[in-house]
Amino acid sequence: MTSAVLKCCPVDVTVNRSLSTGKLHRVELLLQTKLAPGTLDVLLSKSFLCAPAVGVSNMIAKLAKTCTLRISPDKLNFILSDKLASGGVSMWCELEQENFFSEFQMEGISAANNEIYLELTSENLSRALKTAQNARALKIKLTNKHYPCLTVSIELLSVSSSSRIVTHDIPVKVIPRRLWKDLQEPTVPDSDVSIYLPVLKTMKSVVEKMKNISNHLIIEANLNGELNLKIETELVCVTTHFKDLGNPPLASENASQARNPEQMAEVHIDIRKLLQFLAGQQANPTKAVCNIVNNKIVHFDLLHEDVSLQYFIPALS
Amino acid sequence: MKSFLSVFRSLAMLEKTVEKCCISLNGRSSRLVVQLHCKYGVRKTHNLSFQDCESLQAVFDPALCPHVLRAPARVLGEAVLPFPPALAEVTLGIGHGRRVILRSYQEEEADSTIKAMVTEMSIGEEDFQQLQAQEGVAITFCLKELRGLLSFAESANLSLSIHFDAPGRPAIFAIEDSLLNGHFVLATLSEPYPHSQDLRSPELCRPAPQLQAHSTPLLDDFANDDIDSYMIAMETTVGCEGSRALPSLSLPPGLQPPCSPGPHSEEEEDEDEPSTVPGTPPPKKFRSLFFGSILAPAHSPQGPRPVLAEDSEGEG
Repeated sequence: MTSAVLKCCPVDVTVNRSLSTGKLHRVELLLQTKLAPGTLDVLLSKSFLCAPAVGVSNMIAKLAKTCTLRISPDKLNFILSDKLASGGVSMWCELEQENFFSEFQMEGISAANNEIYLELTSENLSRALKTAQNARALKIKLTNKHYPCLTVSIELLSVSSSSRIVTHDIPVKVIPRRLWKDLQEPTVPDSDVSIYLPVLKTMKSVVEKMKNISNHLIIEANLNGELNLKIETELVCVTTHFKDLGNPPLASENASQARNPEQMAEVHIDIRKLLQFLAGQQANPTKAVCNIVNNKIVHFDLLHEDVSLQYFIPALS
Repeated sequence: MKSFLSVFRSLAMLEKTVEKCCISLNGRSSRLVVQLHCKYGVRKTHNLSFQDCESLQAVFDPALCPHVLRAPARVLGEAVLPFPPALAEVTLGIGHGRRVILRSYQEEEADSTIKAMVTEMSIGEEDFQQLQAQEGVAITFCLKELRGLLSFAESANLSLSIHFDAPGRPAIFAIEDSLLNGHFVLATLSEPYPHSQDLRSPELCRPAPQLQAHSTPLLDDFANDDIDSYMIAMETTVGCEGSRALPSLSLPPGLQPPCSPGPHSEEEEDEDEPSTVPGTPPPKKFRSLFFGSILAPAHSPQGPRPVLAEDSEGEG
């Protein structure tokens, strides 16, 4: 693990904000390692928007207390992988680096394994980036200060001539290569029903109220654009019906013919897990799809601007 | 303080309805009487019980501290923003290039599997009105207490001076304007990696006000306090500049403070203040808090009337 740490530093991200317009001008993300001194790949220039980055980090902080950050040449991933078999949720969030970063350069452990996996407390990252909302420049480095850290260095806009610099050292754990296999992109299951979600805010307020009645929620949907959220107890049954939601085009021809559009596919889940997922969504996503595998798992597939989020909630055993 | 503050709980209501406020001590029944004279003849009387206690006399002298920092409270207020609200202690020091550094302080814990995020804020010398300290000096103190002081100083638009010495020696945070000055004395950690026993708590005593001669320093009572019990003494002193007379909080009523040209009634002060002291903190609550009424016997209010009708919770 130590060698992985040494080989993975430093990582540099620089954000330059235009002083005149105050708009974020340019970001350079340089992930450089001293593995081979002098090898610095110069990268593409695009603009990195601080607000979405803060938004992503806030969302991740709401969804998972601890998560894994995977840095690879094309993407950044936030991964949560609780044991699905024992009822834990699983999350896979992906950003394409070229949509965000001005310069992106990294070198993993080796050419064959050109990735870096870091485990961190999500709240630390969101708190660190929060300071960057009024930043003139932002740098992120992977450092080793007694223990591995992601160092976020922010130069603040200041009225006086002198600048103010805030540095956050986020402790991270470098994940050894042998554990990487548990952190791969989850395979999207063949779903029985695939449906577009209603406005998440509405869904969230419904689920919040239902939580007071029972922890056991049934989510069901069919290929006719109908989605139901059901709570059943001895005393009362409450169902909220969402209609005319629309279904995404099916993957295969066979599937569409075989299934009766009225037939519901359902999963019994822990309502708190659904609520945590919904609570993490601040804005309504560009695209929101729900895939249901009958009695097995419900899979949410969201797209917020340039950030994709997949969230898996297994059925209650 | 809680019960005292609850009298002034609803500021908006107070501003609209209260015409004057009389604060007096009823020694016989051990009550601090706060009377709010409101519109339409309504009078609200609050009897707060108190007990005598040995007052702390902080022995400190800002002039003896070799290091001084002074900046508008706003600068320091912005400086502590990036730190987590739950953070207990912070280290203040002078770093490279005469930059003032604030750094979150984490105690070394045996269970160090979960490490905390470390935040550091670096401010240039130019933001400070006075910076008299060498590179490398640093002290660690309770951030929570500082936040309270900063919010007060910021609202009053004051500058804050920090006088400090070696680690372990008390640090004095001073604010001053034409109406009041305050000294907040905080303990500092004596070692960079302390254990509780190492913390030498300062001898905290209030400086003797001009009239009284309390000078019993409290020493050993606090030698075993752990880090959490920082001693803070806030003192408002009689300011002799101008004709404003500011009675020290520790004075029993009836004693004339020096420099006072004559007894002031609360009404006079309230009327004079807006015109003669433009820079005062606007909220009336501060005026009420710091300006006790020193009334000549002729003007003193009658004893507290029994409350005939309980006030409803509407004032809350």
